[in-house]
Amino acid sequence: MQIIIVGCGNVGSTIVEKLSKEGHNITVIDVKSDAVKNTTINYDVMGITGNGASYSTQRDAGIEDADLMIAVTGSDELNLLCCLIAKKAGGCHTIARVRNPVYSREINFIKEELGLSMVINPEDAAAMEIARVLKFPSAIKIDTFAKGRIELVKYRVEEGSFLCDKALKDVSAGMKCDVLVCMVEREENVYIPDGNFILRAKDEISVVGSVKNSIQFFKKLGVPTMRAKSAFIVGGGETAYYLAKQLISIGVSVKIVERNKERCEELSELLPQAMLIYGDGTDRDLLMEEGLPKAESFVALTNFDEENIMLSLFVKSISKAKLITKVHRIAYDEIIGGLELGTVIYPKYITAESIVKHVRALQNSIGSNIETLYRMSNDRVEALEFIVKEDSPVVGIPLQELRLKPNMLLCSINHKGNIITPGGQSKIAVGDTVVIVTTITGLHDIKDILKP
Amino acid sequence: MNYSVIRYILFRVLEFAALFMTLPLLVGLIYGESSAFYFLYVMAGCLAVSLVGRRFKPKNQVFYAREGFVTVSLSWILLSLVGALPFYLSGEFPTYTDALFETISGLTTTGATVLTDVEGLSRCIQFWRCFTHWIGGMGVLVLILAVLPLSGSYNMHLMRAESPGPSVGKLVPKIKNTAMILYGIYLAITLIEITALMFAGLNLYEASTLTFSTVGTGGFGLLNTSIGSYSMTVQTIFIIFMLLCGINFQVFYLLLIKRPKEAFGSEELRYYLGIVLAASLLIAVNVRGFFASGWEAFHHSMFQVASVITTTGFATLDYNVWPEFSRTILFLLTLLGACAGSTGGGFKVSRLIVLLRSVKNEIFSVIHPRSIKKLHMDGHIVEDGVIKSIQVYTMIYVMILLGSFVLISLNEFDFVTNITAVATTFNNVGPGFNMVGPAGNYAAFSVFSKLVLMFDMLAGRLELLPMMVLLSPRTWRR
Repeated sequence: MQIIIVGCGNVGSTIVEKLSKEGHNITVIDVKSDAVKNTTINYDVMGITGNGASYSTQRDAGIEDADLMIAVTGSDELNLLCCLIAKKAGGCHTIARVRNPVYSREINFIKEELGLSMVINPEDAAAMEIARVLKFPSAIKIDTFAKGRIELVKYRVEEGSFLCDKALKDVSAGMKCDVLVCMVEREENVYIPDGNFILRAKDEISVVGSVKNSIQFFKKLGVPTMRAKSAFIVGGGETAYYLAKQLISIGVSVKIVERNKERCEELSELLPQAMLIYGDGTDRDLLMEEGLPKAESFVALTNFDEENIMLSLFVKSISKAKLITKVHRIAYDEIIGGLELGTVIYPKYITAESIVKHVRALQNSIGSNIETLYRMSNDRVEALEFIVKEDSPVVGIPLQELRLKPNMLLCSINHKGNIITPGGQSKIAVGDTVVIVTTITGLHDIKDILKP
Repeated sequence: MNYSVIRYILFRVLEFAALFMTLPLLVGLIYGESSAFYFLYVMAGCLAVSLVGRRFKPKNQVFYAREGFVTVSLSWILLSLVGALPFYLSGEFPTYTDALFETISGLTTTGATVLTDVEGLSRCIQFWRCFTHWIGGMGVLVLILAVLPLSGSYNMHLMRAESPGPSVGKLVPKIKNTAMILYGIYLAITLIEITALMFAGLNLYEASTLTFSTVGTGGFGLLNTSIGSYSMTVQTIFIIFMLLCGINFQVFYLLLIKRPKEAFGSEELRYYLGIVLAASLLIAVNVRGFFASGWEAFHHSMFQVASVITTTGFATLDYNVWPEFSRTILFLLTLLGACAGSTGGGFKVSRLIVLLRSVKNEIFSVIHPRSIKKLHMDGHIVEDGVIKSIQVYTMIYVMILLGSFVLISLNEFDFVTNITAVATTFNNVGPGFNMVGPAGNYAAFSVFSKLVLMFDMLAGRLELLPMMVLLSPRTWRR
């Protein structure tokens, strides 16, 4: 597909990276020639220096032949204008990043009236992910499928747990829970396990199943499943606002530390139920005074990745709170992973994931087949949710007779709202959605899971 | 330095060398010449080596600008070494050095020859000589990028190192597609010229070999008199296609996608055509006395101008005997060269434009010390970094030119021979003046001088930097 991306900042270049890996023809536009240069050196894309909202710049980038315009500059208004002009000039699909809460409240109106295909709000998406984890703090990460009915929970196997040194088939026999371990990360490696796979302590396992069943699974394991009752947030940016709003709505008490007085007042107006603390979030005494050691969960959301990591490491040393760290820019994922910070949230990856999903769906002539896409473990594994259409070759055949590609796991079937963990006799019906976990990246359609 | 990827690409280059040799082999078989078998031997050797070498897949895909430069220079050297083998093995060249000189001269589209008698060569050898021009004209790595699925980010570094011109622009977002478009245009021009020449009365063999020499802007001919013995019509066809191939291929692409306004708006194109016209007129007036009619004088002066500025190096007559003024203009055109992004060599018109404007800006800023003035070209601002790199390029250009000149002067030939021999090989033109004039050749130079000139040809074709990077000790340090 011909894709034009306006803005080569942090999010922009992450999107360029992921989409150019998928083989699209990409042209980037940015006003800063250095940013354009950097992107064109690192990726096989064409670069144009100029204002992305200008028609002549867009024409230089080939807007007439473009299929998709993605506007991810720092300014919401500019993004919307880019998309508006692109829509008129090229009639292409448009995706805009809009993150100001003022607009996001009326986003459906904007989306409809401006003819946008998609609006992304990395801050809101990050806040949703954090909120999900806070509902079940024992998990490192929770992704959802089938509109929240299926959960993919990443959990770290503790020393002395029931799971240690057990083969997976014994686990499911012993637990009698309708869930499936679909991925195991051990040190540098990632496995799609079969029944004979033996778990060890410190493995990070991903468990997929319906919400009810996975809660049961963890209850039987003796893992606390209660949600966090209080959240201590450092940094009062947009993510903090979206997060606090969600947490308050489910009855979690929220404390936000913010160093800018005006912002504190603004947040206090917007979030009357939250407690706003005006002060430096890196000030140790202030944190102690505000009862940090007793907080059930700690969310580091300042604009500086280093500060977030430092704060989380500090909190880890003084309390047992659930840690959530936002990392926006730093590229040293392995190092951060090695620090055992608990949950780390990368807003740029969340954004890139949702755009990749959208692009793959656009590519399908029969229309959107991919409902959801998550990329895990440094993009080595993808979890996808497909809608099964009538002409699909997988319909009505018992799973054991389907010739699946290797490293492909069919984890869950959502049959009219019933979540089934499939066995060899299960069949897929038209209209079902299916969750697949695989190390083969780049699937576009449910039929891609079959051997050619 | 990622040696495994470099090695892998070099083995692919060998495969392509073998592929290229199928054409001269066919020619040799058609004409029933025994030299054809040497192509077969070399092909077999290349394929055998690359089949073994391909087994070692690159361990990692890490590839930076440094690897790009080194790969490109090594590929060209390897291709030259292999390409010279049929020349040498067939016994039609006295030594391997001579064969190598001829091959490098061919691949770099220089067209300087060590032979005194070109007509004595067998046809398949002559064909291979001209075909190397075609291979070198657009570049072999561009071809590899066009047809091979090279994944990873390293293709841009390769393209940048091989393509002529100060800034390498892509036509379309992907390198692979850009390379395919470039080769598509190149192939189309080649086919059109072959057809045109055949309509003008040449046979397929003559038409195709001479076309390879023209579109690659090389300059190897089939006759000792270069192009002089052909009819006026044929010569006019050469003028047109030499000039076409000296134009930035981006212009053709813009015409293809129906954006003629931008294509003809290119300042480099205007300057280039302006210079050709002005030089032709000046020389025509200067040499009017040599010809029966003014029209004939203009025809021959235009041919020589087109031949030199596009760095082809064909000649319709021995312009060495022309007056000093005409010779001087031709020498300056030798140094200038064609447009960036064309198959021609030389300093490039666009660099000259930027340099002249930066000089103008500098003088302006002396008069108005606080003024800020950006340099524009084609309606875009030229970044300071680009200006700086062009100025550095100029410096290296002069240094290599003068350095080689000193080394060549060890031959004890006259001053004009020495300086034009260096200038003409360095800019990939071919003929110079006096001993190395259109009627002369490079046979008399010592082995050492030939090595220096070979380096100049490669450095000139690859735009200096890749060869400098290859020779710099820092490149190889860990």
